[in-house]
Amino acid sequence: MNLRTFLLGTCSAVALSGLAQAETLTIATVNNGDMIRMQKLTEDFTSKNPDIQLEWVTLEENVLRQRVTTDIATKGGQYDIMTIGTYEVPIWAKQGWLLPLDNLGAGYDVDDLLPAIRSGLTIDGKLYAAPFYGESSMVMYRKDLFEKAGLTMPDAPTWDFIADAARKITDKNAEIYGICLRGKAGWGENMAFLTATANAFGARWFDENWKPQFDQPEWKNALDFYVKLMNDAGPPGASSNGFNENLSLFQTGKCGMWIDATVAASFVTNPKESTVADKVGFALAPDTGLGKRGNWLWAWNLAIPAGSQKVASAEKFIAWATGKDYLKLVADKEGWANVPPGTRTSLYANPEYQKAAPFAKMTLDSINAADPKNPAVKPVPYVGVQFVAIPEFQGLGTAVGQQFSAALAGQMSVDQALASAQQLTEREMTKAGYIK
Amino acid sequence: MARNVSTQRKIVVTVVAWTIGILIFFPILWTFLTSFKTEAEAIASPPSLFFFDWTTENYHEVQSRSNYFLHFMNSVVVSVGSTLIGLIIAIPSAWAMAFSPTKRTKDVLMWMLSTKMMPSVGVLVPMYLLFRNTGLLDTRTGLVIVLTLINLPIIIWMLYTYFKEIPGEILEAARMDGASLSKEIIYVLTPMAIPGIASTLLLNIILAWNEAFWTLNLSAAKAAPLTAFIASYSSPEGLFYAKLSAASTMAIAPILILGWFSQKQLVRGLTFGAVK
Repeated sequence: MNLRTFLLGTCSAVALSGLAQAETLTIATVNNGDMIRMQKLTEDFTSKNPDIQLEWVTLEENVLRQRVTTDIATKGGQYDIMTIGTYEVPIWAKQGWLLPLDNLGAGYDVDDLLPAIRSGLTIDGKLYAAPFYGESSMVMYRKDLFEKAGLTMPDAPTWDFIADAARKITDKNAEIYGICLRGKAGWGENMAFLTATANAFGARWFDENWKPQFDQPEWKNALDFYVKLMNDAGPPGASSNGFNENLSLFQTGKCGMWIDATVAASFVTNPKESTVADKVGFALAPDTGLGKRGNWLWAWNLAIPAGSQKVASAEKFIAWATGKDYLKLVADKEGWANVPPGTRTSLYANPEYQKAAPFAKMTLDSINAADPKNPAVKPVPYVGVQFVAIPEFQGLGTAVGQQFSAALAGQMSVDQALASAQQLTEREMTKAGYIK
Repeated sequence: MARNVSTQRKIVVTVVAWTIGILIFFPILWTFLTSFKTEAEAIASPPSLFFFDWTTENYHEVQSRSNYFLHFMNSVVVSVGSTLIGLIIAIPSAWAMAFSPTKRTKDVLMWMLSTKMMPSVGVLVPMYLLFRNTGLLDTRTGLVIVLTLINLPIIIWMLYTYFKEIPGEILEAARMDGASLSKEIIYVLTPMAIPGIASTLLLNIILAWNEAFWTLNLSAAKAAPLTAFIASYSSPEGLFYAKLSAASTMAIAPILILGWFSQKQLVRGLTFGAVK
């Protein structure tokens, strides 16, 4: 072998290894404002990491969930990074479907993640997903309508106050309804709200032995309260209202109060979309004096499926997308109000953010008030505030949600709805082997 | 001789036809109009039909966010590809069943149709595993195969009913003149059945274009057709109706135009036999 051949060979080897290093990461993500913004800012990442290319698959939440679940359960390997919710993380981690995120780099500062959010993503002391944006729920209310009715909203209201205020504000002739709440059936729709609210009423899905608790008085109190309140002070057709329906009702000035995701705050205060942008106040989700507030906890997180061939690059991307510098990048390019909320303590200590986002403190207080490991007044065997982190919950939650939605629509009584919820949950839990 | 139709009757029929036509077309018109509204106007109640500030902002947004051309090309390849392959398989099989039936032909036809009766999601996991093991996940080839299989029963059924209308004696005459089997199918049967084949082709391209379950579940970034493009604009949290409408309009425009130009063929094919 002469020198020329040797050099040629070496050059080809170097070139080939260079090619081999240029990796493409396929990222499955959900369609929401923060994620779309991230896609627009990825040039910052690819310019710092020229050997990594990014490919996005953006899907609607329910389609995404079905798509990534099929892929991860069959080890399809279509995605290098998946966007998943706090519901999936503990279940998938226990199945061994996710890789622990051990190497996010020295500058990542895991301790800066909000403790409530972090605890939902940590299993056996290991972080299995990094939060991209987090949310809780809170009360959004119309300051002008409260003033007109001579009411003052406390920072931490009770359900009795909320119900009383809702009935006083309601003026059905003027199409103003005191309160807008979710009624559309679904585990992520009405059951997210009702499960979290039931926590405040002292109810729980299961006792310590996984026995369903819908036959207990706490659930009856909670559901009775909800149905009566919505009949008196809710909009017509509330049993088919979800987040978006209530958002449009609130934005067009038809709701006195709306209790829903904290992320809604930026929509209802945006003068481009909302007719009541300058009249909105915020308060913590209401309680009943039992020590739990009915506020949920949710985060969209980035995770790496087990068996991935591109772990190092995927970790680099996750560290970039969920790190502190990313928050600063968004602030520089799009302003502090557009920074993804609910993941880092340092963001809430930042005076510039506090100034740009009037709802910042309330969001932080709401997130901190949620405890996914002890969601209810009484002890429970499960993790999750507005859901139960077991694989059966998607089906169960939706089936129970249909009963409760029917009770709201007046198709059955509260007692009937609870009885059939109890019956179907007992049946499913027995079939799944939780109870004998 | 044309029937004597009274003016009154004409008016009634015209009004009824237009009403039904407008009712059917209204959702598409509404989607089209919404695509030119702002997100706030899209949810406004009461909604405005024509008198709003028309904007093309949504189209710009959709263009800048998604690679429309990639999804469009995927849709074209997958729908046309699967329909053509389906026709190549279906013409001989429909010929066999129409002109040399056995006592089991009806059962075979029914069995083929029965494959359409199972909900697709029931076989999602086995199909996904097959695709994973053969490396067909997120490939156009994979989608062409699956859509061919899905639409094959419909193609065969449609062609079978068209072929049944053609008198067997004509084919017999061709055979008497010494035409081979392939010549008989290509030169005698196919030209006579052109309207039927054309409408089958068009209808199946439309069905394949709109197929959303398999195309969404078996594709990711590379082979995703326009169905995935639409799915990326829906959201449970946040306003999206205007952008979704813009994406939907862009996704249905090509197939709508195709349908427009070929409606004569389509109607002729669908009424083939009755007005022969």
